[in-house]
Amino acid sequence: MIALIDYGAGNLTSVRKGFAAVGAELYTPATPTDLDRAHGIVVPGVGHFAATAGLQGPWAEAIRGAVARRVPLLGICLGLQWLFEGSDEAPTVEGLGAIAGTCSRLPQGGGLKVPHVGWNSLHVSQSSRLLSGVAENVQVYFTHSYAAPVTPETAATCEHGARFAAAVESGNIFGVQFHPEKSSEAGLRMLRNFAAAAQG
Amino acid sequence: MLSKRLIACLDVRNGCVVKGVNFEGLRNAGDPAALARRYNEEGIDEVVVLDLTATIEGRRAFEATIRAVSGELFIPLTVGGGIRTESDAAAAIDAGADKVGVNSAALADPALLTRLASRYGSQAVVVAIDAKRADGRFQVFSRSGSTPTSRDAVEWAIEAEAHGAGEVLLTSIDRDGTRAGFDCELTAAVSTAVSIPVIASGGAGTFDHFTEVFKQGQADAALAASVFHYSEHAVAELKRHLRDQGIPVRC
Repeated sequence: MIALIDYGAGNLTSVRKGFAAVGAELYTPATPTDLDRAHGIVVPGVGHFAATAGLQGPWAEAIRGAVARRVPLLGICLGLQWLFEGSDEAPTVEGLGAIAGTCSRLPQGGGLKVPHVGWNSLHVSQSSRLLSGVAENVQVYFTHSYAAPVTPETAATCEHGARFAAAVESGNIFGVQFHPEKSSEAGLRMLRNFAAAAQG
Repeated sequence: MLSKRLIACLDVRNGCVVKGVNFEGLRNAGDPAALARRYNEEGIDEVVVLDLTATIEGRRAFEATIRAVSGELFIPLTVGGGIRTESDAAAAIDAGADKVGVNSAALADPALLTRLASRYGSQAVVVAIDAKRADGRFQVFSRSGSTPTSRDAVEWAIEAEAHGAGEVLLTSIDRDGTRAGFDCELTAAVSTAVSIPVIASGGAGTFDHFTEVFKQGQADAALAASVFHYSEHAVAELKRHLRDQGIPVRC
């Protein structure tokens, strides 16, 4: 069973539907201790980084504990940004800190709009379990204004005014800035890969 | 590079698609879910479903329609038409919409955009603007184009962005249904005034109209209904055409 954490940041219907389409069973933990039975954990999220304040404290501790037990963790969109130390969008809110670095606003100008909304290509930068079977340059659906820096954990990059981490992977920690549940076949492939990792 | 998006619009009344239902080979040509599946297979980038139903019974049926369409799609789905309150938006989103389009209700109460954005994120809030040329400006109309307002489309788009809208769905009333081409001046005026994406709508008739609205109109996305019905390969053919013109599209 994969735990989908609902901390009030947006609508989870599409994420549920995406995992259902690849045959994965999800549950929504009511309290951090409900993560004890998780084989995988998904942190979704849209909107402002301040929304992740609800994850600080007991949830973050429980997620750290699960990661230490080798339970795979997937952050989607704001959930990827939360894997880092924090974001300029809400400097007082701490991220999980599993990956060093701080998220910052995408640069505007030169005819490029921020937010970055729509389909853009992935450049795979390291071999990745999450991106296994996904073609180089495949297009996926983004909608965000802030982005994570490229670090050694970056599995794929994307460019919109600046190059940023579109996917990260470090051991059993995974993150995607785009929405796999809205990215057609390529996105479903990634959800299937994560579900497989969660099954061990 | 960020692709220009092609968006198919399904106009639905009482559970059936009411415009451009001339697809061949579909058991029920008016079935929104069947059309959505077909567009998805053809490579459309996004789908918009508009509810043209006026009655309460129709609204309930529409939620079933959203659920059925959303079940076919793993690409973004926007729902519009008749979204007047937060509970209308909640019903659409619970049924599977990723974004809601708000028009008349936002004109009456712009703070509705802010409330929706704080609950679902700006990316889920599309301000739909219907505009018509009048006295050298672009006048905004409400209630499906029937009621003139005192607002200017460019100013309203800027205000709506400030209130939390994440995208603009901009329809030219002058061009809607004419197949005479998008209103590129209107689109460029709004697109260069805001930093959120602008979806051009109204007037698509030929593939070149899309080239024009992406180049001259500086649209981020273009929406059409009937043009995608020309053939079962319309989406793929249009994308090839745009790519040949140097416009980035999703393969």
